[in-house]
Amino acid sequence: MGESVGDFVRRVSHELGRNRSRLLELARAVQERYRYVSPEAMDAMARSMGVPRVEVEGLVSFYAFLSDRPQGRIVIRLSDNVIDEMKGAARVGAAFQEALGIGFGQTTADGLFTLEWTPCIGMSDQAPAALINHVVATQLSSDSARRIVEILRQDGSPEKVVRAFGFGDGNNGHDLVRAMVHNNIRQPGRVIFGHMAPGEALSKALAMSPVEVIRDVKTARLRGRGGAGFPTGMKWDFTRAAEGQRRYVICNADEGEPGTFKDRVILTERPDLMIEGMTIAAYAVGAEMGIIYLRAEYAYLRAFLEHVLEGRRRQGLLGRDIAGKKGFHFDIRIQLGAGAYVCGEETALISSCEGDRGDPKDRPPFPTDKGLLSHPTTVNNVETLCCVARILEHGPGWFSEEGSSQSAGPKLLSISGDCARPGVYEVPFGITLAEVLRLCGAEDAAAVQVGGPSGQMVGREGFGRRICYEDLSTGGAVMVFDGSRDVLWIVNKFLDFFIEESCGYCTPCRVGNVLMRERVQRIRAGRGEPSDLDYLRRLAQTVKTASRCGLGQTSPNPVLTTLDNFRGVYQSRVQQPTDGRRPAFDLEAALVEARAATGARPAVTPG
Amino acid sequence: MAKPKIATTSLAGCFGCHMSILDIDERILELGQLVEFDKSPINDLKRFRGPVDVGLIEGGCCNEENVRVLQDFRRHCRVLVSLGDCAIMGGVPALRNMIPLKECLEEAFCHGVTLHNTNGRIPNDAEIPLLLDKVYPCHEVVKIDCFLPGCPPSADAIWEALLALLHGKPVELPYELIKYD
Ligand SMILES: Cc1cc2nc3c(=O)[nH]c(=O)nc-3n(C[C@H](O)[C@H](O)[C@H](O)COP(=O)(O)O)c2cc1C
Ligand code: SF4
Ligand code: SF4
Repeated sequence: MGESVGDFVRRVSHELGRNRSRLLELARAVQERYRYVSPEAMDAMARSMGVPRVEVEGLVSFYAFLSDRPQGRIVIRLSDNVIDEMKGAARVGAAFQEALGIGFGQTTADGLFTLEWTPCIGMSDQAPAALINHVVATQLSSDSARRIVEILRQDGSPEKVVRAFGFGDGNNGHDLVRAMVHNNIRQPGRVIFGHMAPGEALSKALAMSPVEVIRDVKTARLRGRGGAGFPTGMKWDFTRAAEGQRRYVICNADEGEPGTFKDRVILTERPDLMIEGMTIAAYAVGAEMGIIYLRAEYAYLRAFLEHVLEGRRRQGLLGRDIAGKKGFHFDIRIQLGAGAYVCGEETALISSCEGDRGDPKDRPPFPTDKGLLSHPTTVNNVETLCCVARILEHGPGWFSEEGSSQSAGPKLLSISGDCARPGVYEVPFGITLAEVLRLCGAEDAAAVQVGGPSGQMVGREGFGRRICYEDLSTGGAVMVFDGSRDVLWIVNKFLDFFIEESCGYCTPCRVGNVLMRERVQRIRAGRGEPSDLDYLRRLAQTVKTASRCGLGQTSPNPVLTTLDNFRGVYQSRVQQPTDGRRPAFDLEAALVEARAATGARPAVTPG
Repeated sequence: MAKPKIATTSLAGCFGCHMSILDIDERILELGQLVEFDKSPINDLKRFRGPVDVGLIEGGCCNEENVRVLQDFRRHCRVLVSLGDCAIMGGVPALRNMIPLKECLEEAFCHGVTLHNTNGRIPNDAEIPLLLDKVYPCHEVVKIDCFLPGCPPSADAIWEALLALLHGKPVELPYELIKYD
C-alpha cells in the first residue's frame, strides 16, 4: 500500500508535466486506479494542476467514463443503440441484471460489478455489444451474458471472456489487440483496403513542396469523410496560412455517430495508412505535433496503435528529420476520449484535448486559425487521412476516377440493421441506395437511416437517391430497417441519444430536443393530434437554426426527415380531438397523486 | 340582430385579470351596448345559457373542477382566449410544479408552522375539488385560439382584443399594449 490518493495524484501530475491541458488524462488515471474520482482526489488534482476545483468537478461530471461515485471493479456497459435493441439488447440486459442481481446504473454490494447502458460503441454490425472495462464483447445473447458473468465471477478478468469466446479476424487477433471484434470487411476497395507499403506515399510527398502536396489533394477534390465534407486541401491551406508559432494535426478517431464503425476497422487494419496520411498532413501544413483522438470505447486498440507508432519511429517515419528530410520533424501522441459524442465535433474535440470538458467553442475563430491551445490546427477524419496517403501514392487522377462530380473517390460505409451482410463496404461516391441495399442483402428494406441519427431517414420512394455530398451526404453510417420496425420508435431513440449527449450549453438544443421527444412520445402513445405535426416541424426548425454546434443543428433531422418521408406514419397515429379537448391531457392520470395523498375516494360526477 | 355573447371565468387565478377587465372604466357602458354577458362572475351567472362567441379564461388549471369548467367553456365558446399569464403558462400557482403534490399538501395541512389541524390529516371532502398533479396552462387541456399575455393584460389590451374578436378581425395589438417595462 503506502501511496495515498494525494500521493498518486501528485506523482501522475508530475509525470504529465503538471500541464493543465493533460487534466483529462490525470482524471482517467485516477478513475482507472480508484474506480472513481473522489472528492479527495479532486482536491489533490486541483492543487497539483493549479486549476480551480470546480473545473475538476465539471470535468468529471461531463464525461460518461468518469464517475464521482465508486464503480465496480468491472464495469459492464451495454450498448443501447437502435440496432443493438433490434438485435435483442433488452434480453441481454435482463440476463445481465439477473445474473448480477443489480439494475442498470447500480453496483453490486461486493463492489465487483457496475452495470450501465451506453450509447453506440461502434459495433453495430455485431450487435448487441457491450464493453467490459476496455474489453469488447460482441454478438451477445442472454446465454452469453450469463456465461460472461460466470467467467468474470470465477476469474475477475475481462480478458478471460475474450479467450473463452475467441478472437475476431485479422489484427483483432494481434497480441496487442486480442479482441472478440470482427472486421466484417464485405467489400474491400482499391483505396482504403488496397495493398500498402509504409513510407511510399510519404516519400513521394516529401519529394514535393508542401504547397504542391496541398495542390494534389485539391486536384483530387478530396472532401472530409467525417460527415461535413469540407474540402481537405482548402482546410490545409487555411491552416498553413494562419499566423502561429506552432501548428497541429489532429486525427479525429472519435467515431461517435451511432451506426458508424468504419474508422474502427481502419484503425485495426490500416493504421499505417492513416498515420502516413497524418504525417503528410503535418508536412503540408507545417505541423510538428499530432494527436490521434481515440474514443474511449476503442481503448482496446491503444496499445496496438502505440506499437504501430513506435514501429514508424524506428523506421524513421516519425520523429526528427523524417524519411531523411532535413528539418521535417513530426510526432504523434494518442489522446483517449472519455465517453462523449459531442467530442467528435472538432471544436469540442479540441476542448477535450486541452484537458477541459468537451464543450464546443464559438466559431469563428475556426480551428484552422485558432485551434489547439490557440494554434492553427487541422482536424481530419481517419478515413480522410487514409485517402490523402493514397492520393500522394497514386496521384490525384487515380483517386478521382471514381465518384460523382462533387464527391470524388470512394467512401467507406458502415452498414448495419436488417440486412444479411452487415459490415464495411468501400463503394464509389454516387452509388444509389438501392444498389447499396442489394450489396448488403436488404431487399425488403422499408426505411434507411443514412448518416446516423444526425442524418436522414429515407423511405422506399427515396431508394433511387445517391450517396454523395450533392444528395445524401454521410459520414458513412447506413442503418437498414425492414417493414416491421416502427419509424417513430427509431426517432424516439435518436432523440434519447441527443438528449443524453447534448453538452447543455445552449437552450434550443438542451430544451428543444426534450420537447420534441415529448411530442413524439405523445404521438406514439396515441394521444397526438394533427396540429402536433406542425408544432414538431416548427420546433425542429428552431433547434436547427438556433443551436450553437453541429449536434443541435442536426439533432432535429430524424424528426424533419421522417415528417417528410414518412408523413403517413405520423398521420395514422394522430386523431382529431373532440370538443376541442387535448387528447394528450389525461385527467385521471393527473389525479392519481391527489387521490393517493387524500385517501381514495370516488371520482366526482362531471358537472 | 342579436348581440354577440361573451363569457368569462377565473380558474387558478387571482381575479386580477377580471379586475383588469373592469379597468376599461366608462367603456364598460359601451361594452354593455355591444355584447351580452353569458356565464361570468361579472353577472354572477353560474351556467351557460347557450353558445357564446368569445370566452375569456383567467388562470390555469390546478384542480379537477378547473378542468371541467374549462372543457365546458370550450364546448360553448366559438373563440376561446387565454387571458393573462396564469392562463397562458400557469403563473404563480405553477410554482408548486417543482414540488411533489404530496409534499405541498403535507406542508399546507400537516407540517406548516402556523397550522392548527387537530387530526393532522390532509382533508378529504367531496366538496373540495381534487388537485391535479401540477398546474397546467389552459392550452394543454383544451384548444385555445388566442393568447393575451400580461399579468394582468392592460385594460386597453383587453378592450382592443375584444373589439377585434367581436368584429371577426385578427388581433393585432400595437407594441405599446404588449410591452411590459
Ligand atoms: C456532434 C458531432 C460529432 C462529430 N463526430 C465526428 C466523429 O466522430 N468523427 C469525425 O471524423 N468527425 C466528426 N464530426 C465532424 C467534425 O466536426 C469535423 O468536421 C471532422 O472531424 C473534420 O474532418 P474531415 O474534414 O476529415 O471530415 C462530428 C461533428 C459533430 C457536430
Ligand atoms: S448545440 Fe447542443 S451540444 Fe452543441 S453547444 Fe449547444 S447544447 Fe452543446
Ligand atoms: S395573470 Fe396575473 S393578474 Fe391574471 S390571474 Fe394571474 S396573477 Fe392574477
